[in-house]
Amino acid sequence: MIESAFDFRTRFGNRYFPNPIFTASGCAGSGRELSNFFDLKELGAIVTKSIAVKPRSGRATPRMAETPSGMLNSIGLQGPGIDQFLENDIPWLVSKGARIIVSISGETVEEYASLARRLRGIAGLSGVEVNISCPNVENRGLVFACDPIASRAVVELVRKNMGGDYPMIVKLSPDVTDIVAIAREVVSAGADALALINTVLGMVIDIEGMRPKLAGITGGLSGPAIRPIAIRAIYQVHSAMKNIPILGMGGVVSGRDALELIYAGASGVSVGTATFGNPTAALRIKSELEVLLRDKNFTSLEEAVGAAHD
Amino acid sequence: MVFAVGEIAQHSRPGNFVAIAVGGPNSSMILRRAFAIYRVNEKSATGGTLELVVAAHGSGSRWLSERSIGEKVDLVGPLGSSFGIPTESVNTLLVGGGYGSAPLFGLAEVLKSRLCRVDVVIGASTAGKIYAPLDGKRSVSTMTITTEDGSAGSRGKVTDFLPEIIERFNVEVVYSCGPMGMLKAVNEITEKFKIVHQCAVEESMACGIGVCMTCVIPLRGEDGIIRMSRSCIEGPVVDGSSVVWSAPRSIPGGTLGAS
Repeated sequence: MIESAFDFRTRFGNRYFPNPIFTASGCAGSGRELSNFFDLKELGAIVTKSIAVKPRSGRATPRMAETPSGMLNSIGLQGPGIDQFLENDIPWLVSKGARIIVSISGETVEEYASLARRLRGIAGLSGVEVNISCPNVENRGLVFACDPIASRAVVELVRKNMGGDYPMIVKLSPDVTDIVAIAREVVSAGADALALINTVLGMVIDIEGMRPKLAGITGGLSGPAIRPIAIRAIYQVHSAMKNIPILGMGGVVSGRDALELIYAGASGVSVGTATFGNPTAALRIKSELEVLLRDKNFTSLEEAVGAAHD
Repeated sequence: MVFAVGEIAQHSRPGNFVAIAVGGPNSSMILRRAFAIYRVNEKSATGGTLELVVAAHGSGSRWLSERSIGEKVDLVGPLGSSFGIPTESVNTLLVGGGYGSAPLFGLAEVLKSRLCRVDVVIGASTAGKIYAPLDGKRSVSTMTITTEDGSAGSRGKVTDFLPEIIERFNVEVVYSCGPMGMLKAVNEITEKFKIVHQCAVEESMACGIGVCMTCVIPLRGEDGIIRMSRSCIEGPVVDGSSVVWSAPRSIPGGTLGAS
């Protein structure tokens, strides 16, 4: 059988990736555990767990509650801090030949700037994801992505400090009244691309204990339950800004789901919660997506991006 | 329930767990359920088998318990750490709470085969929550049952009976599994007696392979630093003396990166 030509590549800013299936930040650690199951080079890119300036213990447990077609998490950005991360994780990922997108998260605008400075000139990176939308922070006022002015401040400073070697992807929250307004602000402040969506703020009450199930009280909802919200956010933002690439995510568990996000306007698709149920989910989704696109006679991924729009 | 798992059986040790997908292909239950391995048979008529105790108290475990013989399920394992087995004959005490006591019976058989003395204390709030199979008694010298309401065995908590048993049988190593509150209380006693305590911890878990960071517990490392550590990778079996038994729903002061 002769394989027909098919271009599965995708582009974010100045970087090409061989396929559009990435991990979602916080759902793949720094790749070590998943590398026991498959070759990380098979993925478009590994998006690392969001890294902070200093080590973070994260929140108390319980941190997890399963919900219908989804789950709540309340990790609170546990991690080793940027120093350990640059010393241990980046060289290891580089040695595996993985394409690396480093996700960063700060508590203040200055912390984002300092993280961006630390990443400047690090060899082997393919991009930075600026996570301004983690819901698991003590003070909801700190969710930069809920405020256009705060979002702009972070993105401008990161842009100034990280340089232009690789793309900046800014991750937004669906928990806002007008996501397009936030997206416009972030793009005009210098973002090359957007990541849509972070988890949705939610809560579960333990009816035996009569208290919130999670120690952190609220948590981020992920999984297929939030897919329609992701589709809506991606569709709205793509309608407003056709030229800004979107890394879509939100409850993708199959190639069919990935295609839905792509039709809505995503140029890439991150797999998150599906990995918890099956460590090799991302690879299965990648091959299912390629088969679907070929079956539908697309000759490239690019042709399918935003196909649901007029 | 017994699962034909082939080679997984010969790699499974007491304390390891498996994770099973539940609800079928269109399930709204997206996460696997973790089960401690109850018993292993490497050479049954159907090849290697694992036995799990499935208490059907949630929709996932209920689905699993309703499977019929011969049906296939999606199971990964063995996962996590296992109980350390002494290299010489020592006096051991196994302490279990509720259904959490399941892995102790496989452990008892292994310890017995190493010529260890094995005593067991199993406790629960009420008789219906005791899991203590009759044939489990084969490998043990004594088995004490306790219930808080007195509906089976002696009335009280397992920890009410531990000091006496430890002294009477000159116990050198305690193995425990069950709710965190019980493990903490057991550890207070083993510290008082200055004896080894290995416990299998329980924490809400999403992935079971170390990526999701939900199942963490505070462990003090050999370098003295307390870290929120994954109970699916560093555990579920950990040294009781390395656990920082903080108040529930809190991060112990001094933990690396605590705010």
